[in-house]
Amino acid sequence: MHFLTSNAPFIAPQNSIQKMMLWVLLALFPGIITMIWQFGFGVLFNIVICVSTAVLAEALMLYLRGRPILPFVSDLSAVVTGLLLALALPTLAPWWIPFIGAIIAIVIAKHLYGGLGYNPFNPAMIAFAVLMVSFPKSMTVWTLPYSLLPSGAHLSDTFSFVFGSPPAKEVIDAMTAATPLDEMKTQLGLSQTVSEIRSASIFGSLSGTGWQWVSIAYLVGGLLLLFKKVISWHIPVGVLAGLFVMSLAFYLFEPGVSPSPTFHLLSGGAMLGAFFIATDPVTAATTLKGRFIYGVLIGALTYIIRTWGGYPEGIAFAVILINMAVPLIDHYTQPRVYGHK
Amino acid sequence: MRLWRFNGGLPSLAEHKNESVHLPIEIAPVPAQLIYPLRQHIGNAATPLVEVGDKVLRGQKIADAQGLISAPIHAGSSGTVTSLADHLIPHPSGFSAPSITIETDGLDNEASHTPCADFRQLSVSELVSIIREAGIVGLGGAAFPTAIKLDNQSKSRHIDTLILNGAECEPYISCDDRLLKERADRVLDGIEVLLHMLGAKRAILAIEDNVPDTFASIQAAVNKNGNANITGVQIPTIYPTGGEKQLIKTLTGKEVPSGGIPADIGIVSINVGTVYAVQQAVIEGKPLTSRIVTVTGEGVKTPRNLEVRIGTPINTLVDMCDGYTPFADRLIMGGPMMGFALLNDEIPMVKATNCILVASKHEAITEKQAMPCIRCGLCASACPATLLPQQLYWFSKSDQLEKAEKLNLFDCIECGCCDVVCPSHIPLVQHFRYAKSALKVQNHEKHLSDVARERFEAREVRIARNKAERAERSRKKKAALKSKPAKEEIEAAITRSKERKQRSTEGEN
Repeated sequence: MHFLTSNAPFIAPQNSIQKMMLWVLLALFPGIITMIWQFGFGVLFNIVICVSTAVLAEALMLYLRGRPILPFVSDLSAVVTGLLLALALPTLAPWWIPFIGAIIAIVIAKHLYGGLGYNPFNPAMIAFAVLMVSFPKSMTVWTLPYSLLPSGAHLSDTFSFVFGSPPAKEVIDAMTAATPLDEMKTQLGLSQTVSEIRSASIFGSLSGTGWQWVSIAYLVGGLLLLFKKVISWHIPVGVLAGLFVMSLAFYLFEPGVSPSPTFHLLSGGAMLGAFFIATDPVTAATTLKGRFIYGVLIGALTYIIRTWGGYPEGIAFAVILINMAVPLIDHYTQPRVYGHK
Repeated sequence: MRLWRFNGGLPSLAEHKNESVHLPIEIAPVPAQLIYPLRQHIGNAATPLVEVGDKVLRGQKIADAQGLISAPIHAGSSGTVTSLADHLIPHPSGFSAPSITIETDGLDNEASHTPCADFRQLSVSELVSIIREAGIVGLGGAAFPTAIKLDNQSKSRHIDTLILNGAECEPYISCDDRLLKERADRVLDGIEVLLHMLGAKRAILAIEDNVPDTFASIQAAVNKNGNANITGVQIPTIYPTGGEKQLIKTLTGKEVPSGGIPADIGIVSINVGTVYAVQQAVIEGKPLTSRIVTVTGEGVKTPRNLEVRIGTPINTLVDMCDGYTPFADRLIMGGPMMGFALLNDEIPMVKATNCILVASKHEAITEKQAMPCIRCGLCASACPATLLPQQLYWFSKSDQLEKAEKLNLFDCIECGCCDVVCPSHIPLVQHFRYAKSALKVQNHEKHLSDVARERFEAREVRIARNKAERAERSRKKKAALKSKPAKEEIEAAITRSKERKQRSTEGEN
């Protein structure tokens, strides 16, 4: 009797890209829900626009590049990219911000570099950086947290922010505020002390009102990814350690003008960045030691940008800059092979 | 006993032992035909000692070792040699190779053999030659001639630990486990022979901790045997802990140097099936003519652990298990991680065959839709050699083979862990096999071109030297001519020719 042959191993793979991406999406849920709770429905508009644009752009690019569309679109990597970008964008951004962002992420940062697995830079962060540099005004309009809004969030208000013409200036002023990181930076620039600044209502006991809960929700999701072994501890621990050590050093050294490590860890995109963005396998270092170093560098650079840079938040720029160092990090952190000295 | 941990591996690989691990060893009937490929071990093919038409007995040597790294082959039953020709051999490429075929006569007459009352009376070199003559090779799958490993006298290395490998880490296979369950006392006798030969301080018999009843039978045999230097150890069930290098790391914390052998660090490691064969050869005087094979998978009606004559065709083996089921899809020799698929079931099982896995479609994947590598690094985390499979893949795929070699491609043991954990379903090991063989060809060609270049350069030198020598000779000749009174000679020659002329004209007249 004759048989067909194939090559060992004959055991079916235990994992798939799709499965990993599904876990990432699932782990983002606590964060998304907390964001809606704290900042209203704007984030949902961002998600819908970013994800659908990202998936359509992915399909279009696959078609143009002559690649099979279904297996690549169903790997869900475009969904994850779109979602991460959506969560990084301000909740009241006009519709074309997420739209342009998703196109930049998928078309330029991903497919023009060769598609899945070949892009050197994190697509969502490239899109975020481009938007930040190009449309600084639209990128800094954040809603006040729910508890600080004068009359509560109305879906119709948010809707008119995103799709209609911007409402009257009084409405904008009533509904929006700078982010805690932004406010901290501005006020420090005006020679206020940290404790004076933090007495404002947009600051909570840990970091920013609302923001602290969003950060904790991302931390919970991140721990789920760690527990499910979708990511290893090296990058998130590295990022948080880098940020923690830098902020602790300056907090101890000059506490009057340096926010506490807790403030840094629970503000802005630190948790989202540590667990969901820096851990993008394609653009991260690959060796375990290298991943820890990669994380530490991102954390430290985030602190540097937040403190001395031109932008209040540094995660996106830190990730992109350290992406560039990946080949070098990988080269110098190769593990000792069995039987070698 | 303290245990160590090698990098990665697959702790949660489905073991599939339940299909066959409870089945006692059954002695398989003598098949009608026995086929012996002349090369079923590492090293040179054996040289046939029989002709077509010769009658042979069970245990009779029918092919002899050729050179040091080789092994003789013995007939598994009595019968007549019917062919000395190429036959399909168990090889992933579906090659045919010179083989001896015997039609058995059903009598199973045995050649005379003499049991040994006390092996301690024999010298190490006598024991080495008994094991060599018995045709014993590594039965765990490597098929390296065992006598060479044991011939410690000729080398200055000191062996302090003997490791007996009963860690049957590949899914489905249960032949070593059954052997240890049922014949542990004889395995222990074999261990004593090896300890005596190697002069090792201790012997560690290791099995995985997923078979506690086997461990109990080992402990009982160890207690009965009473040799305090022999220890049974259970180790965590993590594929590929039965790999020689991984087992040595687990038990001793030491690593076999890259490109080296365990003896370099004072260790000899031997599969338990091989130890049993040593016991049979030394104490019972019987050469290696049979072994235990697990026949399993959803593709056979009744999975079995069979003690079979080496040389039995696989279709006969499957018949002994009541034939194929309709699900038979892939015929795999060895386990599903490191075995290979066979084209055809007329191929004989050989000394190294520990398992015939007739896999159904869902037991053995047929093709994988590979996606691009996303550099997730799961392969590196799973690699028991601590390699970076994704980097190796990158270089193998783009034919930058030297770079792959520099990243220690040749330390890859092809265990398949990286393949199984890869979320992009890339056939990594297949890429590495390709890169290794391409590198071997490349290195061989480089060797040939080096030889050719050396020869060319030598020729150039030779030509130049000859030219110089010729020039030197003619210079000497000229000098010699000059030094003689040349004129006289010329005149003498002229006179001689004149005389000749004169004589010839006289003759005409």
